[in-house]
Amino acid sequence: MNIFVCIKQVPDASDVRLDPETNTLARDGVQSIINPYDRHALEEAVKLKEKFSGTVTVVSMGPPQAEDILREAVSCGADDAVLVSDRAFAGADTLATTYTLSQAITKRGKPDLVLCGKQAIDGDTAQVGPGLAERLDMAYVTCVRRINDLVDGTLHLERMMDDGYDELEVKLPVLMTVVKEINKPRLPSLKGKMKAKKLAITVLSAEDIGADIKQLGLAGSPTQVVRVFSPEFKGERTMISGTVSEQAAQLAEKILELV
Amino acid sequence: MLQIDEDACIGCGVCEENCAFDAIHVVDGVARVNDNCTLCGSCVENCEVEALHIEKSDQDGHVDLSSWSGIWVYAEFRHGRIAPVAFELLGIGRQLADQRQVKLSAVLLGHGFSDEAEQLIAGGADFVYVADDQALEHFTDDAYGNVIIDLINEHKPEVVLAGATAIGRSFIPRVATSLKTGLTADCTQLAIDPDSGNLLQTRPAFGGNIMATIVCPNFRPQMATVRPLVMKPLETDLSRQGEVIQVKPAAARMDSRVKVVRCVIEEADQVNIVEADVVIAGGRGLENAEGFSLIEELADLLGAGVAASRAAVDSGWIPYPHQVGQTGKTVCPKLYICCGISGAIQHLVGMQSSEVIVAINRDSDAPIFSVATYGVVGDLFEILPELIARLKEKR
Ligand SMILES: Cc1cc2nc3c(=O)[nH]c(=O)nc-3n(C[C@H](O)[C@H](O)[C@H](O)COP(=O)(O)OP(=O)(O)OC[C@H]3O[C@@H](n4cnc5c(N)ncnc54)[C@H](O)[C@@H]3O)c2cc1C
Ligand SMILES: Nc1ncnc2c1ncn2[C@@H]1O[C@H](COP(=O)(O)O)[C@@H](O)[C@H]1O
Repeated sequence: MNIFVCIKQVPDASDVRLDPETNTLARDGVQSIINPYDRHALEEAVKLKEKFSGTVTVVSMGPPQAEDILREAVSCGADDAVLVSDRAFAGADTLATTYTLSQAITKRGKPDLVLCGKQAIDGDTAQVGPGLAERLDMAYVTCVRRINDLVDGTLHLERMMDDGYDELEVKLPVLMTVVKEINKPRLPSLKGKMKAKKLAITVLSAEDIGADIKQLGLAGSPTQVVRVFSPEFKGERTMISGTVSEQAAQLAEKILELV
Repeated sequence: MLQIDEDACIGCGVCEENCAFDAIHVVDGVARVNDNCTLCGSCVENCEVEALHIEKSDQDGHVDLSSWSGIWVYAEFRHGRIAPVAFELLGIGRQLADQRQVKLSAVLLGHGFSDEAEQLIAGGADFVYVADDQALEHFTDDAYGNVIIDLINEHKPEVVLAGATAIGRSFIPRVATSLKTGLTADCTQLAIDPDSGNLLQTRPAFGGNIMATIVCPNFRPQMATVRPLVMKPLETDLSRQGEVIQVKPAAARMDSRVKVVRCVIEEADQVNIVEADVVIAGGRGLENAEGFSLIEELADLLGAGVAASRAAVDSGWIPYPHQVGQTGKTVCPKLYICCGISGAIQHLVGMQSSEVIVAINRDSDAPIFSVATYGVVGDLFEILPELIARLKEKR
């Protein structure tokens, strides 16, 4: 099975914050990590490969440093790694990203399975998976929480819904996005680390993937960010003090006003 | 590309501090950009001497904007009822449509409707497009997507909104990609820019630490998914007039590559925390699973949903569907009461837009108090029983 996993390098979201006074981004010591959901996508790919044989290629579109997460992915079981990197990709929204990723994947072969995380924790859009499937003209399932079986090229799986889950069947090729309930990602193995160190990571430029410049980066992005600002915390806070029963009484009153 | 005017740049370094991507550095007194740049624009915004610019390249192939008109909302229908978010979308959609002086339409897909189209008219829609077909009985990305794509191409609405639910966030991105237009995820504010008439779409990013306003000026439709429970529905008005238009999609367009075997509803007997008006949440401060019985008692009394921090879920005191936060659910009730939760940013992002937040914590420095409307410093094991007793008295 030819499996691709799309992984993204993201700043550790818990560290990124706007300074409320200057309205500037404070990034002291912000670490770059593999998008947490993508670890689960990788783990599922590696498990499938182990069970049904095949190869797992990790693909990331990003700056040269994204090589770090690709190596980390190889140390966790991926066979091959592709970095799609070019200044022309900067400013890509999800439409331009799915174009770029689809060109890169098509360049590297014909996928039976493409796995993505449910969403990236920097943008939280959850749009790249479904968009990429459309670009690749593949069936897709989002928020997969469990793969029950793969029989005669048909996947049996469960998709998480807001109120429960759906059981689904779909023939390969398929793209799926996964939620974290699907598995517990393994730690890098020693063998994996050795492999990751030695592996020459393929770097693909806009030209290498035969991209139409107009569909890349800012030019290929219908959406534009016009303003970035801090969320407002709804100011006024009232502390309710007194003895326990005074506190409870006041609180009860406030609650009854509201419900 | 980010352009740096070297003559204007004073090398102050504000841009360097601002950059979340480590993409800009002051070298020899002048800002220099590297390959990490994502063109997010926060440096441009903050440059006091206006030395930074992002060159917005002309987007050719853009559409004739004037031929697109009207506001559309996707009215999600599942397990025999319209999702509440559909009425919220009609609420905001009505405002947008009135401002643009255009019509508001709802799209209803599924099988076996009764008076749903009329409900949508009472909720604010001028037109309701209804596709009622056996093939649409279960949600599938292919069929629902194809039907909407065809309707959009035929009627050319300028704006298409859907709920940021499991369903909306699954099939709408494919629709936008197929139409080669922009889509903004999980918006919490929508407005019309009075100058351009464009839709201003505001959403949280970076796990809620940052808000961004996004536009889609050159392509149509302008598409957004909207977070449930943020927009206000209109009062139901049964005297409102509207038109129901039945559509008959071609059978081939309702084929799905994915087959739905079974839909399992898991939380049927519990209050769904995402839709509840009141949510009571507990954290590590509850100490053990029994601690949740206090939370449950209070919740029963108020007809509220029960939520939890990740610490409580990880400890096995309550199952994952109750988790609120970055890796759990986002809730926005009228009242969120949290007990024994410290207020880590990953929890806050899931609940901070609640209308009223009550925090009970024995540590007066707990960060949860920074978002609280009412704060109670005290031991929850003392306060909650008293509170429950008082509420019982008053009811
Ligand atoms: C990538 C990532 C994702 C995460 N996602 C989430 C998420 O989705 N949701 C989430 O909630 N967390 C999430 N977390 C975890 C988060 O960082 C916190 O660890 C978690 O929210 C803490 O839960 P807590 O407040 O219940 O526990 P604690 O932080 O241990 O706080 C317990 C609080 O209870 C108070 N307390 C104790 N006893 C009493 C008493 N008797 N009376 C009153 N107060 C008392 C204490 O003063 C303390 O403030 C995530 C973390 C990471 C790294
Ligand atoms: N630049 C990228 N490179 C590789 N994969 C990506 C990239 N951006 C997004 N993805 C994949 O798409 C998923 C959803 O991302 P998003 O739509 O940005 O929330 C992620 O979990 C990744 O699997």
